[in-house]
Amino acid sequence: MATELRFDPIRLPPECEALRQEVRAFLAQEIDAGTFDPDRPGHGDSHDRAFSRRIGAKGWIGMTWPRKYGGQERSFLERYVVTEEFRIANAPVRLHFVADRQSGPVLIKYAQEHVKQDVLPRICRGELCFVIGMSEPGSGSDLFAAKTKATKVDGGWRINGSKIWTSNAHVADYMLGLFRTSPPTKENRRHGLTQFLVDMKAPGITVNPIIQMTGQHDFNEVVFDDAFIPDDHVLGEIDGAWKQATSELAYERSGPERFLETFYVLIELIRALGEAPDTRSAEGLGRLVAQAHTLRRMSVSVAGMLQAGKEPVAEASLVKDLGTAWEQKLPARVRDLAAFLEPEASNRATLEEQLAFATKVAAKLTIQGGTTEILRGIIARELGLR
Amino acid sequence: MAQASRTGTDVAGSIVGETAARIFADLADPQTVNRATDGAWKSALWQTLVDSGLTLAWVPEPHGGAGASLAEGFEILTVAGRFAAPVPLPETLLAGWLLAQADMSAPEGAMTVAPARPADRIALDPDGSLSGRARGVPFASEATHLAVVTQGKGGAAIALVERAAVRIERGESLAGEASDTVMFDRIRPVRVAPAPAGIDQDALMLMGAVVRSVETAGALETMLALSLRYAEERVAFERKIAKFQAVQHNLARLAGEVAAAMTAAGSAADAIASAAAFDDAVFLEGASAKIRSAEAAQEGAAIAHQVHGAIGFTREHVLHRFTLRALGWRDDFGNESHWAVELGKRVAARGADAFWPLLASR
Repeated sequence: MATELRFDPIRLPPECEALRQEVRAFLAQEIDAGTFDPDRPGHGDSHDRAFSRRIGAKGWIGMTWPRKYGGQERSFLERYVVTEEFRIANAPVRLHFVADRQSGPVLIKYAQEHVKQDVLPRICRGELCFVIGMSEPGSGSDLFAAKTKATKVDGGWRINGSKIWTSNAHVADYMLGLFRTSPPTKENRRHGLTQFLVDMKAPGITVNPIIQMTGQHDFNEVVFDDAFIPDDHVLGEIDGAWKQATSELAYERSGPERFLETFYVLIELIRALGEAPDTRSAEGLGRLVAQAHTLRRMSVSVAGMLQAGKEPVAEASLVKDLGTAWEQKLPARVRDLAAFLEPEASNRATLEEQLAFATKVAAKLTIQGGTTEILRGIIARELGLR
Repeated sequence: MAQASRTGTDVAGSIVGETAARIFADLADPQTVNRATDGAWKSALWQTLVDSGLTLAWVPEPHGGAGASLAEGFEILTVAGRFAAPVPLPETLLAGWLLAQADMSAPEGAMTVAPARPADRIALDPDGSLSGRARGVPFASEATHLAVVTQGKGGAAIALVERAAVRIERGESLAGEASDTVMFDRIRPVRVAPAPAGIDQDALMLMGAVVRSVETAGALETMLALSLRYAEERVAFERKIAKFQAVQHNLARLAGEVAAAMTAAGSAADAIASAAAFDDAVFLEGASAKIRSAEAAQEGAAIAHQVHGAIGFTREHVLHRFTLRALGWRDDFGNESHWAVELGKRVAARGADAFWPLLASR
């Protein structure tokens, strides 16, 4: 099967510009009020329940979802603008971001009506933190090797086993978890896994912290000891989760968060270089600007395709592969270009602090949400090579 | 069509793009051209391009052209890149565009533009003659006219010059095509007219840079198509090499470079086609396109050759028609280092806090 790569020059429609100004004004107000410090991306509480509620009140969570579930029925391109402005400001959105990006859309597609009525409006109000329950101690990239078991009992399922590297689980309200309901078959090793909505407050669930090398606490181990999930929290087909996984990925992989995670060091470099950089610095800066612009245009193009109802699997994977490789290299390039800066540059301390943080964070960028190796496999398959 | 592309902008959908694709498929099949022992194919191809109006696509109808839109012209250039067009079609398009800026008619026959390098200058002397030197002018020795941006006391002017009036030192590009030094020794142009506001040497460089970016993206699409096909055909260690993970990952990286070049070039072409003036936003788009497509040419050509192994290094195989052109185009109308310095300076002058708003405005 051959695919046609497409990256049409999608432009954001005029309504996006008004929205962008509204978002910037809101963020400026929050920064003035001391909610967060935009110059210190590695600091402060990245889960801010009160802040998430204020964002929800603006209608900026679940903004593309149907109104009957609390959404605003706005376009993916409008959501794109909101996402990128929050990211550029280094605003703390971890509490609601996963629910907004991927858990909500999965629930809209596969949850029962009364579950949707109950959960989705609370996501939109910024009240709920969702986590992704996929990786296990023995299965990371190899998703379909998951062993954590869901056993059928009267009225629901009992879960036993553990998930790992579960970001935000220590503050989460719900997990979308992938559990084994049947063994894989000879014909299809992906068979036998089912997706569930898990209430993290249910008895039998223990969250153990795992501290990362940056000193931050995002990761956790989530242990299930006979935890009960009611029947109506099954999402989609029993044993058939593999059919449901692919469309989710295009949303997860192509957003602005896939190339802007270390962007602050580039802005700070421009500040440090001043108005008239030397030739070496100007060239280095220009090349980085060209990459940033190109990645954003690719990412906007994919958002436009999603808005048009397409499933640009190859394009989304290419954005994440190129985007994460670039944001990973960015701190190193900025370090090179800052090598001969005068020590008294006014923002030197800020730049150095940001570089130190970005350099530590860089290693994970090509691992989270689908490793480079997995992405290149997907791209190869979409090119017809598998 | 042998090099049917697996990638696409809207080219296949438009009449102009379809026409260009049909003509190149019929008369400039890369395999046939590569095997040809004489240049007979060339005159047939050129005449058909002229008859179809493609060569003067960017010249308004009252001035003898086809009056196509800028967007349609860029579609022609995408197709030209996909076929590694071995004729001065892009140069003639560009010359027609430049002449039209000064409300001048385009002559028949192949044209090119000068200067083709940012540092070269052609002066318009008070007596109306032109002096200066332009290096790396593509197809100068095969053109009948040159459209020239020149600088006089009253500002930029655009001149139409006969090839016979200038002195040419022949040179060649990486792909073996004419890339000549053109000497203007106080020569008389056929016509000269003041350039409108905003159209000057910098504007020609930017337009030329976007033209080359679009062609490069097209050539990269074909490099990917050729590489995918070869990986499916070639057997090693008793398997198609397409089945090896190392080869698959190389091809995925190549697809990434193709995607980046397509996006940057397509976006810049769209920006120019819909812009009122060559402002900072158009500059960002054009400079980024040239920088990113040149980097993609470098990375992409290397991967395409790696996938093809020794056969891709032969004259007999068509791969070099695409890789060497794409690599050569990096140097026309400002190389990636030139554009990176200019772009970096401009971003720095605007200041750190104006950078994101500029990106986000696109």
